[in-house]
Amino acid sequence: MRVSRSERTANYVILLAFALFAIIPILTILQAALGPSDSAGSGIGNQGATSFVGLHFANFTEAWQVGHFGSYMRMSFIVSASVVVVSVGLSILSGFAFGTMRFRGSTALFYLFLLGIMMPSEAIVVPLYFDLRSLGLTDTVWAVVLPQVAQSVAFGTFWMRAYFRSSSTSLIEAARLDGASNRRILWQVLVPLARPAVVTLTVLVFMWTWNEFLIPLVMVTDESLRTAPLGLAFFQGQYTQGFTLLAAGAVIVATPVVALYLVLQRHFIAGMLEGAVRE
Amino acid sequence: MEQAARARARFAARVGTGTGTGRDVGPPGEPRRIAYLYLLPAFVVYAAFLLYPLLRAVQISFYDWDGLTLGRWIGFDNYREVLTDEGLRSAFGHALVLMVFFAIIPTVVGLLLASVLNRAKVRGLSFFRTVVFLPQVVAMVVVAVAWRRIYAPDGSLNALLSAVGLDSVTRGWLGDYDFALPVVGFVGSWFEIGLVTVLLLAGMGRINGELYEAARLDGAGPVREFFAVTLPSVRGEIAVALTLTVIAALRTFDLVYVTTRGGPGNSTSVPSYEVYHRAFELGRVGSAAAIGVSLTIVIFVISFAITRIGDRGTS
Repeated sequence: MRVSRSERTANYVILLAFALFAIIPILTILQAALGPSDSAGSGIGNQGATSFVGLHFANFTEAWQVGHFGSYMRMSFIVSASVVVVSVGLSILSGFAFGTMRFRGSTALFYLFLLGIMMPSEAIVVPLYFDLRSLGLTDTVWAVVLPQVAQSVAFGTFWMRAYFRSSSTSLIEAARLDGASNRRILWQVLVPLARPAVVTLTVLVFMWTWNEFLIPLVMVTDESLRTAPLGLAFFQGQYTQGFTLLAAGAVIVATPVVALYLVLQRHFIAGMLEGAVRE
Repeated sequence: MEQAARARARFAARVGTGTGTGRDVGPPGEPRRIAYLYLLPAFVVYAAFLLYPLLRAVQISFYDWDGLTLGRWIGFDNYREVLTDEGLRSAFGHALVLMVFFAIIPTVVGLLLASVLNRAKVRGLSFFRTVVFLPQVVAMVVVAVAWRRIYAPDGSLNALLSAVGLDSVTRGWLGDYDFALPVVGFVGSWFEIGLVTVLLLAGMGRINGELYEAARLDGAGPVREFFAVTLPSVRGEIAVALTLTVIAALRTFDLVYVTTRGGPGNSTSVPSYEVYHRAFELGRVGSAAAIGVSLTIVIFVISFAITRIGDRGTS
C-alpha cells in the first residue's frame, strides 16, 4: 500500500499523541511517587539522603510502613493465588466435559455457566454478604475467595471449552480407541497442548482478582484482611497530608499486574479480546 | 478413518501404549455420564456462590428489610421505586451518560484511530498497542487516585488551563455539580479507548487486502473506502466493543467510590453505587437487591440486543 510521506508523518503524530494520552495519568503517579516528599512533617530522616539521581525511592519504604501495604499485599497474593489455582483447575475439568463429551443437558448447563460471565457482582454481593454473615464467614479469606472463584469458573469454563472443542478431535478419538481413560486423555494429552490457553486464563484471572474492589470491600472489615486496592482506597481516605505517599502506595498496588503484563502482554491482549463474550 | 489411525499412532507415541481401564470408554460420540463428574466441582462452587445468591437477591428484592430485623413482604414496591424514585431514576440516567463516555466516544475514536493506523503500515505498532492497552490492566482504584490528582483544585488540569490563560475555567472538577459526571465519564473514555482500538485493529488486520484494491480501482478515496470496506468488515468487532464497554459503564463502582462517592449531592451516583450505598450504608437491603436485579436485567438485555444486531450484520 503506497502512502504519501506527509500522511506517514501524520500517522506517527497521531500514534504518539494517543500513546501519550494513555500514559500521562500513569506517569503523573510515577513522577509524584518518585519526587520529593510533599507532606509537611514526615520522613525528615530519609529526605535527600537516600535520593538517587533525584529519585526518592525512600517514598516507597515510607508508604509501605505508613500505609501497612505489606499486610495488604500479602493478603492480595493469598487471595489471588487461591482464586487462580482453584478456578483454573475446576475450569479445566468442566471445560473438558463441555468440550469433548456428549451428555444430556449439556447445552442448558453451558448457558447456565454463560450467565455468570455477564452477571454484575453488584447483584450477588448483597445476599452473599448477609448469608455469609449468618454463617459466620464474613471477615474471613473464604468470603473474599469463594465468590471470585465462582465468577472466574464461569469464564474459565467458557474459555477452556472453546479451546478443547477446537483441539484435535481425532487425537481424542484415537486416544479413546487406544483405551486411554478420560483422566489420562485430559492430563497427559490435552492439558500439555493447552498450555497457552491455560496461561492466558491464569493471567486474566490473576488480574481480575488482584484488581477486584467491591467484593473485598463488602466482605471484610478487619484491617488485616484488606486486599491491596482496598487498602489503597482507605489509605487515600485517611492520609491527606500530601500526595507523595499516596502515589507511592498506588504504584506498589499496581506493580504486580503491570509487571506481569509487560512480560506476558500477548496473553493479556489476546485473552481480553477473544474472551469477549462470543459464542 | 486414516486420519484417526495416524492420530492414534501419534497418541501412542506420546503416551505409551494404551492401558485403558475400560471404565466408561464407549465409542466416540456416545453420551458419557462421567461428564457430570468432571462438571461437579465447578458447578458446586458456581451454584453456591453465584446462582444461589442471584435467586436470593430476587427473593430479598420483594422485601422491605434492614438487614437485621425480620423483613416485610412488599411485592413489587422496590421495583416500582426503581422506576419512580427521583434519586434512582437519576442514577440510571447518569449510567446512560457514562455509556456515552465509556462506549460511544471510545468506539468512534477507536474506529478513526484504528483505520488510520491500518491504512499505513507504521513502525512501532506493537509498542503502541502495549502502551494504549496499559490502562486496562491497572487497578481501577489506582486509576481513580491518579485522576483525582489531575482534577484536584491544585492539580495538573488546572495548571494546564492557567498556563494557556484559561484561569476563569479552573475549578475543583470533581466537586462541581455540572462537571463532576462528565469528568468521571472522561476517565472511562481514557480507560476504554485502548481496548477498543486494539480490538478494532485486530479486526481490520483480518480484512482481505483485495477488497481495498477493488475499492481503489473503483476510484474510492480514504473516506469511501472506510465506509464501503472497513466499517462493514468490522461489524462483529464493533458489537463486541460496544458490549464490553456498555457493561463496563453500567458496572462502574470503584471509580465513583474513590473519586466522588456519588457526590456532589447525588450528581455522580450510579446504580452500582446505589446498591452499595443502600445495602451497607442506609440499611435498605431490599431496595438494594432490587436495583442489583434490575441492573442485571438491563445488562443482559443490552448485551443480547447488541450481539443480535452484530450477528445480523456479519451473516
